[in-house]
Amino acid sequence: MTPRESVGAADAADERTLLSAADVARTIARMAHQVIEKTAVEPGEAPVQVTLLGIPTRGVPLARRLADKIREFSGAEVPVGTLDITLYRDDLRRRPNRPLESTELPPGGIENCLVILVDDVLFSGRTIRAALDALRDLGRPSAVQLAVLVDRGHRQLPIRADYVGKNVPTARQEDIAVELSERDGRDAVVLRRAGA
Amino acid sequence: MTLIRNVRPYGEGAPVDVRIEDGRIAEIGHSLTVPEGAEIIEGNGDVLLPGFVDLHTHLREPGREDTETIATGSAAAALGGYTAVFAMANTDPVADNAVIVEHVWRRGQEAGLVDVHPVGAVTVGLQGEKLAELGGMAGSAAGVRVFSDDGLCVHDPLIMRRALEYTKALGAVVAQHAEEPRLTVGAQAHEGAMAAKLGLTGWPAPAEESIIARDCLLAQHVGGRLHICHVSTAGSADVLRWAKNRTPDLAAKAGEAIISAEVCPHHLLLTDDRLADYDPVNKVNPPLRTESDAHALRRALADGTIDCVATDHAPHAVQDKDCEWSAARPGMLGLQTALSIVVETMVRPGLLDWRGVARVMSERPAQIAGLADHGRPLAAGKPANLVLVDADAEWTVRGAEFASIAANTPYEGMRLPGKVTTTILRGRVTAKDGVATEVKVSA
Amino acid sequence: MKHLLSAGDLTADAALGILDTSDELKRTLLGREVKKLPTLRGRTVITCFYENSTRTRVSFEVAGKWMSADVINVSSSASSVSKGESLRDTALTLAAAGADCVIVRHPASGAAHRLAHWLSEAGISVVNAGDGMHEHPTQALLDAATLRERLGDLTGKRIAIVGDILHSRVARSNVLLLRTLGADVRLIAPPTLVPAGVEEWKVPVHHDLDAHLSDLDAVMLLRVQAERMHGGFFPSAREYSISYGLNEKRFAKLPEHAVVLHPGPMLRGMEIASAVADSPRTAITDQVRNGVHVRMAVLYHLLAGEEEKV
Repeated sequence: MTPRESVGAADAADERTLLSAADVARTIARMAHQVIEKTAVEPGEAPVQVTLLGIPTRGVPLARRLADKIREFSGAEVPVGTLDITLYRDDLRRRPNRPLESTELPPGGIENCLVILVDDVLFSGRTIRAALDALRDLGRPSAVQLAVLVDRGHRQLPIRADYVGKNVPTARQEDIAVELSERDGRDAVVLRRAGA
Repeated sequence: MTLIRNVRPYGEGAPVDVRIEDGRIAEIGHSLTVPEGAEIIEGNGDVLLPGFVDLHTHLREPGREDTETIATGSAAAALGGYTAVFAMANTDPVADNAVIVEHVWRRGQEAGLVDVHPVGAVTVGLQGEKLAELGGMAGSAAGVRVFSDDGLCVHDPLIMRRALEYTKALGAVVAQHAEEPRLTVGAQAHEGAMAAKLGLTGWPAPAEESIIARDCLLAQHVGGRLHICHVSTAGSADVLRWAKNRTPDLAAKAGEAIISAEVCPHHLLLTDDRLADYDPVNKVNPPLRTESDAHALRRALADGTIDCVATDHAPHAVQDKDCEWSAARPGMLGLQTALSIVVETMVRPGLLDWRGVARVMSERPAQIAGLADHGRPLAAGKPANLVLVDADAEWTVRGAEFASIAANTPYEGMRLPGKVTTTILRGRVTAKDGVATEVKVSA
Repeated sequence: MKHLLSAGDLTADAALGILDTSDELKRTLLGREVKKLPTLRGRTVITCFYENSTRTRVSFEVAGKWMSADVINVSSSASSVSKGESLRDTALTLAAAGADCVIVRHPASGAAHRLAHWLSEAGISVVNAGDGMHEHPTQALLDAATLRERLGDLTGKRIAIVGDILHSRVARSNVLLLRTLGADVRLIAPPTLVPAGVEEWKVPVHHDLDAHLSDLDAVMLLRVQAERMHGGFFPSAREYSISYGLNEKRFAKLPEHAVVLHPGPMLRGMEIASAVADSPRTAITDQVRNGVHVRMAVLYHLLAGEEEKV
């Protein structure tokens, strides 16, 4: 059981909602606009294929929603894939064993693409480091960017997101839970106190 | 002169005192006066029994003195309440001639803690092919009266017939390790569900039962005396019951039973459930059988179908036990745990009273082996070969604390009832409160 | 410390976890140029083979290497094993050499259990790669992985294990695992090659292969070892082949979708007709291929999990 599920029944007094369902939708829409803007090709430059890779578990639906919005706003079809980083983690020996999620690249692969990694929360940066390692074994993108719904600080590695939905200063012992309707039945970002 | 105070012969009646003089019981009575200078042994209400006799012990000397010597084995025997033990012939060299058996006998006498009677091999080198010089061993200083190829079966029916016939002239008994070798090639565990699960080659019960049936028929046919070692299956008990009831006239004519049998404590208590972790401390031959076998053996011991308990005490070095199952030697220590297991499996469930314990651990084995001064009644004038047992005590088995050099006990850590407090051989204390009397070893 | 000694130690969840991981690894590695995952970097895996087995040893070695473990092979001919060193001393040597995991193949039933007993304290995982006539749990897992690929969920699938059940570690592990996974298992063999006490396995035993063929989803053939053929367990290789060999006629009676497995090495002509062995419905090469992924999954589950608290 993940911590997210284990605190599902926590007392309301111990948690604070940072983003409502409407906030989440607005945030994703804004991020889509940013992606369109930032990946726009200057006149004369060769076009580059943008590809979104969601990091399981919640990075996957986020990547899909982001792609949907990009299509809605720009008409561009952005391929979406998934990238499981379990086998690349550096904390495998410190945590309970976890089942593998699937890694599925879009049919075109990622060779020479602009890959945007999508995850729900950016924290220590170790997940993204593992994702970069995993990516290296899968091909050679022309560039890699990072999109996260929430950046909660406390980085342990020199990693920075290119697209951030919301910056949330947190205490280390607090827990940020991103809930998405595809998995959790509702959209929300919740801050929970440790031990809740 | 010695006075044992406050003991209950056969666990019956009010406590009495027992005066011992010149190695014999001089007087039994209430509140005997303490003679001048007498050694006093406080019995504390212990059960008094005739000293135990073990028909089946491996003392490993000569050959494997790294696991047991006659001296250490004697100490273990005294601590277990034994006053006489029969040392099996499968030493290195094999005890198949007068020189070896006399050597064993003399070493036992030197140790002086228990009467060590060597068992002579039936066939030369335990090879099962040619009779050893049985007469020579019988006529030696050791006076061998029990012959056995134990560890191996005298499988050739003609050799077995000749042995049963030939020993008639010697007043001796042939003790058979009943194991049909063709049915037990590579056998590692009782043939049944556990062996099937563990992938161990099965040791089928009929391999024992068929040899017992064959040899009972042969013994009755030629009028020789047969003793069956370590009976391990319910079917064996059935065969013995049938054979013993078959020719009561013949047995009566011979003056004593033609057929006798022993069971080992481990076959009364342990089952092949213990094999699940492949710890070879549970490997023994014949193998641990099933729960229903163990219960059948208890009943057979209670009703006399099986005459006595014998330990098959088999010390083994660590490297021969702490290894993979198939490479391990079979056998387990038994001398210092036998009484407790008989208490656990027979006395506590009410299958035997203390008179019954005296019968199966002392009187019957002494009769089978023809010992005149062991297994005698507790009465004035009889030899003072005695054991005191604290029936209510419980203790925890620790193999490392045993007198044996080896420590391969399957009962490690078990709590067992009944404790030998004092053992007396011909009036002399050989073990008391867990300490064997200092052994006088001549180098 | 975690070990894989018997297929019977695996709950349905644990077994499915390994099989799902194996499937995922297979997909992850499909078509990759670099078949290397960093998962077990810095972990030392020692294969310790006291019996010849190129197939299983290589499969474990590749599995370990694809997960970046340092894999060291010890075989009985190349080490002090042949000089009569005891299994226990070898175990202690492996522990001192810094092994994290020992994969053992040994002719004695229970050898893996004994190794685990000696190595648990040092925090070393033991994987049973075949011990005597006892078990071969990773073979059962790769068989299950292969069957799942062909048949889907194994619940209720009718699977016959045919041949020398008595001496087969593959049969023991497969019966345990397939029952755990809910398959409908039956054993088919001559009575001399079924162990006494088989009733406890809770699977039916039959002696007539032909009566079952039309009803099966899979047939798992077992090796008949040369030494058994001369051990009097059956009159002759010819008679065995006539009664229990999977010839073309029998193969034709199997349902269209039925799969044929054999743990190898095969005795063509006796256990299995050549045409059957080479049929696309026979999954023997899939078994070998899946062996690597299943063993990767096993290593992952044993070595990548939570460390014991010091």
